[in-house]
Amino acid sequence: MRNIFLICKKELKSYFASPIAYAVMALFALIFGWLFSGYTHYFAQRGMEAMMQQQPVNVNESIIRPMLGFASTIALFLIPMITMRLFAEEKKSGTIELLMTSPIRDIEIILGKWLGSLLLYICVLLMSALNVALLFAWGKPDLKPVLVAYLGLILQGGCLLAIGTLISTMTKNQIIAGGVTFFVCLLLWMLSIATAFDTSVTAQVLNYCSIVTHIENFNKGVLDSKDVIFYLSMIFLALFLTSRSMESLRWRS
Amino acid sequence: MIKVQGLTKRYARTVAVDDISFEVEKGQIVGFLGPNGAGKTTTMRVLTCFLPPTAGTANICGFDVLENPMEVKKRIGYLPETPPLYPEMEVNEYLTFVGQIKGIPGADIDKRVAEVIGRCALGDVRAKLIGKLSKGFRQRVGIAQAIIHNPDVLILDEPTSGLDPKQIIEIRELLKALAGEHTIILSTHILSEVEQSCERVIIISQGKLVAQDSVVNLTNRLRGAEAVSLEVEATEGKPDPTEVQGRLEQVAGVSRVMMKDSKGGRLTFEVESLQGRHIRADLARSVVNSGWNLSELRAVGLSLEDIFLQLTTAEPKQEGGQK
Repeated sequence: MRNIFLICKKELKSYFASPIAYAVMALFALIFGWLFSGYTHYFAQRGMEAMMQQQPVNVNESIIRPMLGFASTIALFLIPMITMRLFAEEKKSGTIELLMTSPIRDIEIILGKWLGSLLLYICVLLMSALNVALLFAWGKPDLKPVLVAYLGLILQGGCLLAIGTLISTMTKNQIIAGGVTFFVCLLLWMLSIATAFDTSVTAQVLNYCSIVTHIENFNKGVLDSKDVIFYLSMIFLALFLTSRSMESLRWRS
Repeated sequence: MIKVQGLTKRYARTVAVDDISFEVEKGQIVGFLGPNGAGKTTTMRVLTCFLPPTAGTANICGFDVLENPMEVKKRIGYLPETPPLYPEMEVNEYLTFVGQIKGIPGADIDKRVAEVIGRCALGDVRAKLIGKLSKGFRQRVGIAQAIIHNPDVLILDEPTSGLDPKQIIEIRELLKALAGEHTIILSTHILSEVEQSCERVIIISQGKLVAQDSVVNLTNRLRGAEAVSLEVEATEGKPDPTEVQGRLEQVAGVSRVMMKDSKGGRLTFEVESLQGRHIRADLARSVVNSGWNLSELRAVGLSLEDIFLQLTTAEPKQEGGQK
């Protein structure tokens, strides 16, 4: 337990000692800020019209939900930047030898690194929370669906981060780790398109495996155990494979 | 303290370490010697539980590297060929981190860090980023990292590679100071280093153990064969060099005569004896009886360098012959 915490702390420190953390947070804040100003502007116009027609307007429905929907897409691009260095850098510089010859278990190293990356990802999401907080200051959105949507984002992020961690153990080259992670994430994202072409069982299974299929419910504010379990089991699977991959490192290298 | 038996490590196509056995007693400094690619690093990686052996066992402080890696890891300090440093950390911070993951309890950590900083003379750079340090300092941080948890066994892979002579001396001195309380294995391909800082040598070549003995024994063993430098005066082309060489070769016990030099009226030869033969007296008699003037006769010791070359180059030839 102490070791997981130590590794996690070390990872977070090195994220913030390098430009990566700031770059990722700034990029996200920029894109999200732009979306935010666009949506609020549009909402202000639409709101006026709707009020005249005496239709109800909803901040949750028309601003927060689409914005956080976009956030999960932006994450797709940011996550490879976060995970690519996790193991690839240590393998390249040889520090992996220090970790692997210290009295800590492989799984503690993996969990520590994954938690570190997850915490950075949460910091990135907090950038968006600034904008959302403004809505709470001047409007009366419903809090619960927002929290559920954030939980969804964190679970989805944790899942992609675990996959990125796995890929990072496979190479010494950070660029390759980042690139492959990006394409794997993209693939998992695009699987949801499968049902657009046909409705066979295969297509439905593929659609089910897509990471975006499961975020939709969260985004609507619906907390479904089915989706939570999907993400948790994906995280478990990816981290389990990471530990296998790390063990094979010992036998191969 | 360290017991290795029949250790073999095979990679996909190559055998890196082939059936090596040796033992190291507590408190010894052992030099691990071999040309590049002989299997030194692989052996060390097995001992540190970084790589599992393909066959054979390695036992450190009574714990097997395969069965009880956690206990082994607690008891070894390891400096890999490139020191495992995080350039974005400060020296202090780095040593604290390593101390923590090596399992030093939180209360003792600051004391230990201060101790190794003093020991490795890192006081001036303790608050500097590791990425900004010179090579010599990085190497010292590497050693500090290996000794921070006061391990019983210290395994150092080429601790002096890439350092300047002054730094090498400093590191050597540090190692000597550490020797009493720790058992040290250090690998190197520089021989003078072994002669100076090790009590025992283990020589491996192409994954096989070719010799293990104390430095003194090893040098003596090969001194059994004498090498003699011999000088004969010559005036106006007499005596004829080939005639002298021929005469020397006839002396009993001589294995080889080499003409070294024939300048300034002196003919210099280097004569090697067969194993265990003393030839100096016979050589002198032979020269004097031929009526030539013997101006110098002196034993040339075989250095560790020669031994090393003999041991590591003879082996591959034999193998080639078998194939």
